[in-house]
Amino acid sequence: MLRSIHVDEITKAVERLCMEANYDLGEDVLSKFKENLEKEESPLGCEVYERLIENAKIAHEERVPMCQDTGMTVIFVEVGQDLHIQGGSLEEAINKGVALGYTNGYLRKSMVRDPFERENTGDNTPAIIHYEVVPGDTLKITVAPKGAGSENMGALKMCKPSEGLEGVIQFVVDTVDQAGGNPCPPIIVGVGVGGSMEKATYLAKKSLLRQAGEPHKEERLADIEREILRRVNNLGIGPQGFGGTTTALAVHLEVYPTHIASLPVAVNIQCHAARHKEIVLKGTLTGEGE
Amino acid sequence: MGESIRIELPLTQEKVASLKAGDSVLLNGVLYTGRDAAHKKMVEALERGEELPFDVRDQVIYFVGPAPPKPGQVIGSAGPTTSGRMDAYSPKLIERGLTGMIGKGLRSHEVIDSMKKHGAVYFGAIGGTGALLAKRIVSAEVVAYPELGPEAIRKLEVKDFPVMVVIDKDGNNLYETGKAQYRKE
Repeated sequence: MLRSIHVDEITKAVERLCMEANYDLGEDVLSKFKENLEKEESPLGCEVYERLIENAKIAHEERVPMCQDTGMTVIFVEVGQDLHIQGGSLEEAINKGVALGYTNGYLRKSMVRDPFERENTGDNTPAIIHYEVVPGDTLKITVAPKGAGSENMGALKMCKPSEGLEGVIQFVVDTVDQAGGNPCPPIIVGVGVGGSMEKATYLAKKSLLRQAGEPHKEERLADIEREILRRVNNLGIGPQGFGGTTTALAVHLEVYPTHIASLPVAVNIQCHAARHKEIVLKGTLTGEGE
Repeated sequence: MGESIRIELPLTQEKVASLKAGDSVLLNGVLYTGRDAAHKKMVEALERGEELPFDVRDQVIYFVGPAPPKPGQVIGSAGPTTSGRMDAYSPKLIERGLTGMIGKGLRSHEVIDSMKKHGAVYFGAIGGTGALLAKRIVSAEVVAYPELGPEAIRKLEVKDFPVMVVIDKDGNNLYETGKAQYRKE
């Protein structure tokens, strides 16, 4: 028996996820707001948290985007290697879902077709799609709209191995320090270390899909996350850059094996509108195969 | 946060002089939207010796590209965008009499010098609270560059629109003083 999914089902799922991601801030992020509201020492910072909580409530109840920058549509797709996708191209189906979601959901269209000509594509396509082939016969789609205010503050450094852990941490902290209020703190700091240039940036972005503040499963790496968070919060930037003791809600670190001569570090900063919604499509059993 | 100061627009020099970094302000009246593409067009118009699409004297520009309105809405979500991208253009408008800007994030020394020289205020709105801020906008009308879509210049009427004075006309900067106050190590 073989499982198969029709592309129309994928389009519908993506359309819905685009809207939900932009209207409904995750409970994980909301509970971080509430937790930090208690911790924050700056009265202005506390005021910011109160407004963020109120804003999320309005967006959810009125079905409007929490932020006008409804982002580049970044999509992570995990395709089960035993799954059959029928009825057309997977990539076209995803982009059609994005176009429908952004049009029918009254989301802002922010994509320009060419980085030099800069003409708006009119429907927020194309999405930025990352595919991974995994064991199994299901299709997992995660839609993670990413605003430019925070995306523009990211950075990559090809450290020397001799710079070690301290060099890595210092680069992350300096990147957040220089960004100041630009990326809409309180932020989540995504950090990718190791691999090649593009692998490090991919890991940094992908780490943002974790539940906000969920520590790395490996204790050694979770300790590094906590140390970076402590140092970032000591910067004093605070919510919105108005000054305060909570600049980041969390630090998420992912690592990968790397070359004997390399130590790449990528920082992908996520604004407080940390949006991602996912679905696992199971498809239907068909008689063919085996 | 203390009591908010209600300000009726336009933002005259007298009102500019009364505002200090850290003040919480509620703006009332008319302001204009503009972000990267509109600023580029305005400055290019000035370089060609043409008039601006609206007289910037005593006016406030809000750096925003709103989401499209749903049926029944005046405007879609409308929070501030990163102001630094307007740094290359803002001094040219401040020279022409612009007295206020609303955005989020850091400004360049050139912008701050121009604000001090000509008398202007930089307000911060809370980035990412677009749904909340849209409710304080009572009317919106595209007045220039409609071809720019979300980046077109809109004339907005706002009621009790909440902002913070981040940089005042004397160059006091909440981003610097706030950070210094809470910085450790």
